[in-house]
This record gives sequence, C-alpha cells and structure tokens, in this order.
Amino acid sequence: MIEIINLCKSFGDHKVLDNLSFNIQTGETTVIIGRSGCGKSVLLKHIVGLLRPDSGQVIIDGVDTTKLNERGLNRFRMKFGMLFQSAALFDSLTIGENVGFALYEHSNMSRRDIAKRVKECLAMVGLHNIERLKPAELSGGMRKRVGLARAVCVNPQIILYDEPTTGVDPIMGDAVNELIVSLHDKLKITAIAVTHDMVSAYKIADRIAMLYRGKIIFSGTPEEVKNTEDPIVHQFITGASVGPITETETAEEALRKRNI
Amino acid sequence: MKRQITLIGNRFLNFVNYIGGTTMLFIRTVGWVAVPPIKKDHILAQMKKIGVDSLPIVFLTSLFTGIVLALQSAYQMQKLQAEMYIASLVALSMTRELGPVLTALVVAGRVGASITAELGTMRVTEQIDALETLATNPIKYLVVPRFLALLLMLPVLTIYADIIGIMGGYIVGVGRLGVSSAMYMRMTWEPLVYKDLFSGLIKAVCFAVIICIVACYEGMNAEAGAEGVGKSTTLAVVTSFILIITADCLITAIFYFAFQVR
Ligand SMILES: Nc1ncnc2c1ncn2[C@@H]1O[C@H](COP(=O)(O)OP(=O)(O)O)[C@@H](O)[C@H]1O
Ligand SMILES: [Mg+2]
Repeated sequence: MIEIINLCKSFGDHKVLDNLSFNIQTGETTVIIGRSGCGKSVLLKHIVGLLRPDSGQVIIDGVDTTKLNERGLNRFRMKFGMLFQSAALFDSLTIGENVGFALYEHSNMSRRDIAKRVKECLAMVGLHNIERLKPAELSGGMRKRVGLARAVCVNPQIILYDEPTTGVDPIMGDAVNELIVSLHDKLKITAIAVTHDMVSAYKIADRIAMLYRGKIIFSGTPEEVKNTEDPIVHQFITGASVGPITETETAEEALRKRNI
Repeated sequence: MKRQITLIGNRFLNFVNYIGGTTMLFIRTVGWVAVPPIKKDHILAQMKKIGVDSLPIVFLTSLFTGIVLALQSAYQMQKLQAEMYIASLVALSMTRELGPVLTALVVAGRVGASITAELGTMRVTEQIDALETLATNPIKYLVVPRFLALLLMLPVLTIYADIIGIMGGYIVGVGRLGVSSAMYMRMTWEPLVYKDLFSGLIKAVCFAVIICIVACYEGMNAEAGAEGVGKSTTLAVVTSFILIITADCLITAIFYFAFQVR
C-alpha cells in the first residue's frame, strides 16, 4: 500500500501539490487524471523519490521514502518500474542495453542470462530482434513499448506509467492499453498511471482519481466516475470547454511562472 | 528602485547558488570516484572523445601560436642580433602559459560544450530521471568518467601542445632566421626548469576540474526544451572561459610569490 500524506511541493511561488493526501491499494491499477500541467508527473516523481517534497510523507509498505538517504532510496527503487512520458530511452545505448540496463548495472547475472531476460521482456511487449538497434531508429510507439519492457525487466512490485498513450496514434495507444492490462493480469503488480486520455483511463483503471489544483478532489471506480455529479470531474471527462474549469487558469499559471 | 534592488538581490542569490551548486557537485564527484565498480570502458571511451579527438585542433592552435610567437619576437631580436633567444622565449611561454591556457580554452569550447549539450539533452528528455529510477547515480554514471578522462587527458594534451608550439618556433627560427638546429634545441632546453613544466601541468589539472564541473553542472541543470539546452551550453562555455583565465592568473601569481619561479 502506498500512502501519500499531506504532500506539498512548490516551484518558486508556483504551488503544484497542495496538501495532497491519497492512498493506493496494492495490486490495483490506479489512474490519476488531470489537465496538462496540473502536476501529474510531479506527483509520480514524488512517489519514486525523484523529487523531494517541501513537506509531507510518501509511505510505501510502511517506509517513509521521503526520509531515506540515497543508498536506501536506491535499494527501494529496485521495487519500481517507471515508464516515462517520452520513454526516456538512453540514446547512446542499444535497445538491448536499455532494457537490460538495471541488470547489467546491479545484478551479477551473466551476460547470456541478461540477454535472455531482455528477449523475454521485449517479447512481452510484442517486439522481436531489435536488441541491436538504437532508440533513434524506432518509432514513437515502439519506443514507448521498449520503455515498458525496460520498466518490467527488473520484476518490479510497483509500476508507474506517465501518460502511456500520449504521443502515439490511437491504434498504437489502444495496443499500449491492452499491454498494460495484460501485464497487470500476468504480473499482478500495483500500477499507477497518470493520463488525460479518458479512453485509456476507463480501459486500464480499477480506480480513477482526479488531480485538480494540487489536490485529489475525487476518487472512485470507473463506473462512479462516469456517473459522478461533481461538476469539475464531469467537465473534465466530457471535455466541455464551459464549466468550472476555465482557460484563464492556465493563462494565470503561465504568468505566475514567468514571475518566478 | 525596489525592482532594481530585487534584481540585484536575485543576481546575488543566483551567484551564491551557482558557487554552492558547483562546489557540491565537485565534492560529490570526488566522493564517487573511488566507489567501485570503476567503469574502465566508459573512462576509455571518454578519453578518446576528449583527448584523442582533440589532437588535430590542439595541433593547429599550438603550431600557429608557436610560429606567431617566434615571428613577433624575431622583429625585436633581429635588431639585437639575438635570434637564438627566440627559442628560449617560445619554450618558456609555451610551457608556462600558452600551452595550458590555449589547450584548456580549446577543450572547453570543444569538449565542455558537448558535455553540456549531451547531459542537458539527457536532463530534458528525462533520461537522467530514468537513470535514477534504475537505481543508478547520475554523478557516478555520467560525471565521474568524464571527470577522470579530463583529469588524465588535459595534462597530456598540454604537453603535446607545448611540444607542437616549440616545433612551430623551430620552423621559424631554423627555417627562416638561420639559427642552427643544434643551437635552437640547446636554447630551448637550457632555460627550462622542472618548475616551468610542473606549473603548466598544475594549471592543466585545475582547468580540467573547471571544465568538467562547469559543463556537467550546466548540463544537469538545463531547463526544459531545446532553448534551455542551448542556453546552458553557451553559459557553460562562457563560464569556463572566465574561470580558466581567472584561475590562470591566480595560479601564476601563487607560483610567482610562493615559489619564486623567476
Ligand atoms: N523541475 C521543475 N522546475 C520548475 N517547475 C516545474 C518543474 N517540474 C514541473 N514544474 C511545473 O509544475 C507544473 C506541473 O508539471 P507536470 O507535473 O509536468 O504536469 P503534468 O500534469 O502535465 O505532468 C508545471 O506548471 C511545470 O511547469
Ligand atoms: Mg507530465
């Protein structure tokens, strides 16, 4: 179980997370929805410990990760797999080296065994014989899938997806969704995804939570989300331009950011 | 008025931040150097990129500098019929000053900029975050190999530059001014003492630290977007140029006063 308690984070005087509290159940796929720039990536980065909060706690299986030092954090990180928004493959390494990175760096498995494991992980995401290519030679969708293979290669207990379907065409997006669902069925791991793509959210989520103005303002099953009366959530999922969420807000935010 | 004070205050804060940040990076880098595993192939790859690939441009700059030094001094020396002293002048200027400084400036422009661009791109495409989530420290993985490679290769390049510069002087002295080859070599070696070479190499080591830490710091802290990386790269080159010149002045002064090297 992941408990997030009173998390606050500001960049300059731009408050991104504002006393956010939220629990994530083990074994479930939780999807966090919210507008672009509302702090979804920032929230994920706090969960893996890439960012330190100004105040608040992230408690994973009883351990407060915000208090860990670098070494403790690194041991903890082997529990995580993360798929980044832009896949974040290492340009200078081949696909095989990318997927097997953590094993090459931190395990004493033989190169043969690692190569086998890499092949397995790539097959899991439907890719074959591309170990020798460089990331630049792949399409966006393939890069996402390689990113996914890299994330699952270490057998994580928790996997995080940052906008898994953004930047790929709808058909590939659906394939990625299928993949996330099947990985979840196969590996039975806790998953947290952030997205603003509702199709994807409905497809993969056991539970959907909405991030708005630095707080989780709603959380429920996909059914509950569809039938909600909450005007903000309703506007977001139907994509209406008229409602409590207004354009001016983003303009204000942009201005605030320039004054930092 | 208030705005200006805020602006000056901000500038000062940024400056303090910068000093603190680079110092921390330096300390952490040194702390990680000895932590196993030591990646020999990473270091070797960087040594090739930093050292071997810089040979041609260092060759050109020092050769021409040697030639120009000789020609400039020939103008004066010929009047005194003391052409052979050109050899000593070129040798001393190259080893003590121009060899280390020119090499450092060339390397800062060529290698420093590419380090910043590379790390900056990795930062803005989340590759550095990805490294961390794969339980790998970016300083150990990215900065340490570059640091060690620069620390080893810049002194080597400096000695190379010294030799090529002296060769440039030789071409002018022996080829154009009629100094005999044996005389030229003798006048090169005679005034050179250990400390000349040594002070040049100390400079090279300091410059290597400056180039690496500034370039890596700028890269790791690049702001989002291609514009951010471009800005960081420019800043890295400008900052290392300024720091190299300043450090050169300081080290020369220290050697002059503390060791009384002529
Ligand atoms: N390292 C950072 N420095 C300054 N501002 C940041 C940083 N990371 C994120 N932000 C700001 O925090 C806000 C939320 O960003 P992010 O979490 O990336 O949004 P999204 O929900 O689209 O993933 C944005 O306004 C962004 O500009
Ligand atoms: Mg994001």
